[in-house]
Amino acid sequence: MAKHETPMLDQLESGPWPSFVSDLKAMAKIKPEVYDILGQLELSYEDRITHWKHGGIVGVFGYGGGIVGRYSDVPERFPGVEHFHTLRVAQPASKYYSTENLRKLADLWQKHGSGVTNFHGSTGDIILLGARTEALEPFFWDLTHEMGQDLGGSGSNLRTPACCLGQSRCEWACYDTQETCYHLTLHYQDEIHRPAFPYKFKFKFSGCPNDCVAAIARSDVSVIGTWRDEIRIDQAAVKEYIAGNYPSNGGAHSGRDWGKFDIKKEVIDLCPTECMWMEGGELKIDDTECTRCMHCINVMPRALRPGADQGATILVGAKAPILEGAQMSTLMIPFMKIEKENEFEELIEFIEKIWDWWMEVGKNRERVGESMQRVGLPTFIKIMGLDPIPQMIRIPRENPYVFWGEEEVPGGFDRDIDEFRARHAA
Amino acid sequence: MGYNPEKPMEGRLTDLGPPHYEQFMPPIIKENKGKWLWHEILQPGVLMHKSETGDEVYTVRVGSPRLMTLVHVREICDIADAHCGGYLRFTTRNNIEFMVDSKDKVQPLLDDLASRGSKFPVGGTGAGITNIVHTQGWIHCHTPATDASGPVKAVMDDLFEYFTSMKMPAQVRIALACCLNMCGAVHASDIAILGIHRKPPMIDNKRITGVCELPLAVASCPLGAVKPAKTEVDGQEIKTVKVTVERCMFCGNCYTMCPAMPLADPEGDGIAILVGGKISNARSAPKFSKLVIPFLPNTPPRWPETVGAIRKIVEAYAKDARKYERVGEWAERIGWERFFEKCDIPFTEKSIDDYRLAYNTWRTTTQFKFTSHIK
Repeated sequence: MAKHETPMLDQLESGPWPSFVSDLKAMAKIKPEVYDILGQLELSYEDRITHWKHGGIVGVFGYGGGIVGRYSDVPERFPGVEHFHTLRVAQPASKYYSTENLRKLADLWQKHGSGVTNFHGSTGDIILLGARTEALEPFFWDLTHEMGQDLGGSGSNLRTPACCLGQSRCEWACYDTQETCYHLTLHYQDEIHRPAFPYKFKFKFSGCPNDCVAAIARSDVSVIGTWRDEIRIDQAAVKEYIAGNYPSNGGAHSGRDWGKFDIKKEVIDLCPTECMWMEGGELKIDDTECTRCMHCINVMPRALRPGADQGATILVGAKAPILEGAQMSTLMIPFMKIEKENEFEELIEFIEKIWDWWMEVGKNRERVGESMQRVGLPTFIKIMGLDPIPQMIRIPRENPYVFWGEEEVPGGFDRDIDEFRARHAA
Repeated sequence: MGYNPEKPMEGRLTDLGPPHYEQFMPPIIKENKGKWLWHEILQPGVLMHKSETGDEVYTVRVGSPRLMTLVHVREICDIADAHCGGYLRFTTRNNIEFMVDSKDKVQPLLDDLASRGSKFPVGGTGAGITNIVHTQGWIHCHTPATDASGPVKAVMDDLFEYFTSMKMPAQVRIALACCLNMCGAVHASDIAILGIHRKPPMIDNKRITGVCELPLAVASCPLGAVKPAKTEVDGQEIKTVKVTVERCMFCGNCYTMCPAMPLADPEGDGIAILVGGKISNARSAPKFSKLVIPFLPNTPPRWPETVGAIRKIVEAYAKDARKYERVGEWAERIGWERFFEKCDIPFTEKSIDDYRLAYNTWRTTTQFKFTSHIK
């Protein structure tokens, strides 16, 4: 495998942002097949089209997911990437690593594959790009035996769950996102590795409503931390903000002169529920009206903290536009305690109730959010055994077309037209 | 030892899952988990978190191209070994975070990073533009309508000053997905770069019999544009499909289901720009991104049209939005007609929805602004 001329890619070696082209070139000196990745990518830049074939089912014995098959459509020109399969390796929660672990994984990947990776894929896995079919089983053997690690999900299964960094380094996390993610990931290894669903299914765990892992937009079950008591206020720290001694928004706006901090303009007036005011030099919050949007806490992190009675809001059904249009998750459970003590029993029960139904009625390649739309939210709520509450909707129905049940109407639906006509001439 | 192809099932280990996270957490993180009180961004890319124990952890955030090789991974490890006791983490937006347990260790770490050329840019915090989350593109994917790493590099090179500073009204989240499948779910980003196709699929009748389940190909189309058909190949009648071109919205779902229906094309494919989405619940509810530029051509290696369009939006927003206001909140406050005007983006019918629930996006009030659009 020889070096190819790559005049277009070479132009991506300049500029202040780190260059993947320079990096690939450095790797090619160790693994010459990387010259062919560069060569084929250059060809795509010339042709303005991909040169990868559609699909190809490969994997390791016993798993239906974790590896995505990929073949070049110009293998005679770039034999080094004739096979270029992707492996998804399940990431540790919150993506902390020891260098010892990363170096070991690097050595394994150099031995079995191209040496090209993504840290990380969109769903959260470590992505290893570029292995030949015959390398898959040996890599998997070494990954499991030498490292005690495993592949993640792909296809119509539970995708590798992901979480924010949670309580490990964030003061706002309202439950242990790492432990929840880890526990459920281990609990559902079978569902991750052996596709049995109508389509993909994702969990994402965010510690607070800032939602740093985009759970509300990207996961079928979104677990987003919240609290149900009062925002904790340190009035002395509020005064420091007002005096300009603490930077607003944790210093996030320090690059521009926005003028002196104005608690009315920047906090009280931006509160979506208008439930804050100043009184006698103190900040007051009517917590019964608060919807826990996080804005005031974000702006004054040293003065305000989420309440102490913490848990999570559970929402269901987010997805990207394919096919019926994008959906955000819909609120199902306003507040659930998320605790290791009962092994997340309540959350697991909730998830499995969805699966029992969806695996039965979900159409091929129908995300659960689309199934919910198809049957309607009132039906879905009934299936989930939940009481309808106004928190589940943005606004009430704007049409009068209710599917009344026969049992809801006195006398039922059975009527006699002759008897009706005896009293009402046609 | 190692894998024995003669006895593939012997000694096989499965379903181990990911390693436990705790073994990878630096001591300062492990000891203070659940005890953090507040944080402050000391300078672009440098955060300090304060614990109730009095401990402080200093985090240096560094951009990465996401597509990286083992050469880069090992260099990251070298840095973490030299400064961080052998620990590091990655963020959900492909940044690397190096953590140290005291302030005096920050500057040597920053100096080390700066000495390594452009490989480890420090920034991506607060009211700036952090790393772009993105997909594979032409480096690996079979359905892309554009490349990913190339346009990302070009856009980040151009917006670099905003990665290393915090002078925006709020954080600006940019995401790129190289086709409508949106592996890199861009549908709720401040600025979304989305690869799109504009030519309907071709039917490869010579291949379709072997590679496609025709009913699945037919069912894959959300608009019923794919229909069963018959044709002749080498004098033999075969079952195939045909596409009602007027109904095709170029989503590519049929190609996902049927490899004999390719639709990528150098002239047909390109980039759409969507803006105004957000994930966070802060102030306003999470929002989807809206399509404001329907098509920009694929112009490798540096996609100047896309880079230029994004800079224009970023600059108009930076100039006009209020402190804390995200792109979508700004556009809603000034009105979308004003958004198009301020960003100097021509408005076309392509920005008017005609898919499901489109009516919800039509203007059904007399409230509007007299912008240059009204002649």
